[in-house]
Amino acid sequence: MMSSAEPAIAVTGLRVVRGAREVLHGLSFEVPKGQITGLLGPSGCGKTTLIRSIVGVQVVAGGEVTVLGRPAGSAELRRLIGYSTQNPAIYRDLSVVENLRYFAAVLGAPKTDPARVLREVGLEGHADQLGGTLSGGQLSRASLAVSLLGSPQLLVLDEPTVGLDPVLRKELWELFGGLAERGVTILVSSHVMDEAARCQRLIMLRDGDILADDSPEGLRARTDTADLEQAFLRLIEERQPA
Amino acid sequence: MITLATARRILAQLRNDHRTVALMVLVPSLIMILLYYVIDNGPVFAQWAPALLSIFPFLVMFLVTSIATLRERTSGTLERLMASPLRQLDLLLGYGLAFGAAAVLQVALALTVSLTWLGLDLRGELWALVLVALLNSLLGTALGLFCSAFARSEFQAVQFMPLVMVPQLLLGGIIVPRDQMATVLEWISNVLPMSYALEAMKLAVMTGDLGSDFWRDIAVVAGSVLLALVLGAATLKRRTP
Repeated sequence: MMSSAEPAIAVTGLRVVRGAREVLHGLSFEVPKGQITGLLGPSGCGKTTLIRSIVGVQVVAGGEVTVLGRPAGSAELRRLIGYSTQNPAIYRDLSVVENLRYFAAVLGAPKTDPARVLREVGLEGHADQLGGTLSGGQLSRASLAVSLLGSPQLLVLDEPTVGLDPVLRKELWELFGGLAERGVTILVSSHVMDEAARCQRLIMLRDGDILADDSPEGLRARTDTADLEQAFLRLIEERQPA
Repeated sequence: MITLATARRILAQLRNDHRTVALMVLVPSLIMILLYYVIDNGPVFAQWAPALLSIFPFLVMFLVTSIATLRERTSGTLERLMASPLRQLDLLLGYGLAFGAAAVLQVALALTVSLTWLGLDLRGELWALVLVALLNSLLGTALGLFCSAFARSEFQAVQFMPLVMVPQLLLGGIIVPRDQMATVLEWISNVLPMSYALEAMKLAVMTGDLGSDFWRDIAVVAGSVLLALVLGAATLKRRTP
């Protein structure tokens, strides 16, 4: 039905106002299917607001967001998108596996899914532990596990690797890579630049505007820098009127 | 299906919290016992017992639900659910079912203690009493859900309890009979659901007269539950600012 050339996410002129402040000033971009797209930028630049708009839980002031060919927030999309919020959204007074069983039931996912996602995020040993007794990194992995339930076509992950040690981070990025190879589109936000290199495409956000939308190689070439942190700084300097 | 899964999940949360369960189930019975010995007069106790038996399920469910839903809002689990196929009514009914079951347990124990140890004389039908108590717990659940939308913190949520509860008790006809109040207060009393719940409970326990008055009261309380559920559902928005 949908051609593979069609983007997974198409955003045009997205404006979001929170309180008296305009947080996103008319963003337009596309996220290709079956790739890992990184959403980068300093804390407070509008990453989470943009992610919430794509998932369809954010009140938007203007513009269009199309996800998998449907308007963001459509009822059919709710089974197709795996969403992991920045703060681990799991019940602290339930065990990890109780959390997973509940969300699997809500999604209508197979009964074997909780065991599968526990393995994928490496939390098998903590299945029966209460959410409230997990460490920060374990909590965010449990939250990530929930978003993997039901085999979503699009994964939207808001800072999934915060507080994880380098080994776990590497493992999770391998997991993301494997999912992308199977055709899952992944949009992942981060403020850690070394993670950017693992993405096939980067969207750099600053103060509610898009600073760059390119591949990591393209960015390095364009800014004539070796690492992406430098590239980011160079782009900000370019923007500033002399 | 999702409704049942939600009710199961909420019951599992309760099960993991032994102290809350103990408080929920035991406190009403303990207060009934205390009241019995404070009054120290069988017939007078029999006048107060129905009021307490209708207040407890409302009070406890209101508190528990407003805090539980506030937690869902602040912890991000509500946002996750609003991005999922779950419908607002699934969540509301899930809470209603789970806490309704808890209320049955609570009332069952308070009632057993009252009818045996405290020698409460039940003239009416037992099922009528349980029906009123259950409706009260659902009313508390629905109103707690609604009020939690206006609280930013658990401190604020707790403050809604006296706000919702005390006027309904003062105007509910247990302290001063409703027809002896100033006209304006009686009007207000007429639109508060607790007035009808208290009257229905009195009819069920003291007179055994389950005629049209009783059923009118039940209909008003049930209608209030539905209204509060609709209002509660309206506060659960898929998109938030």
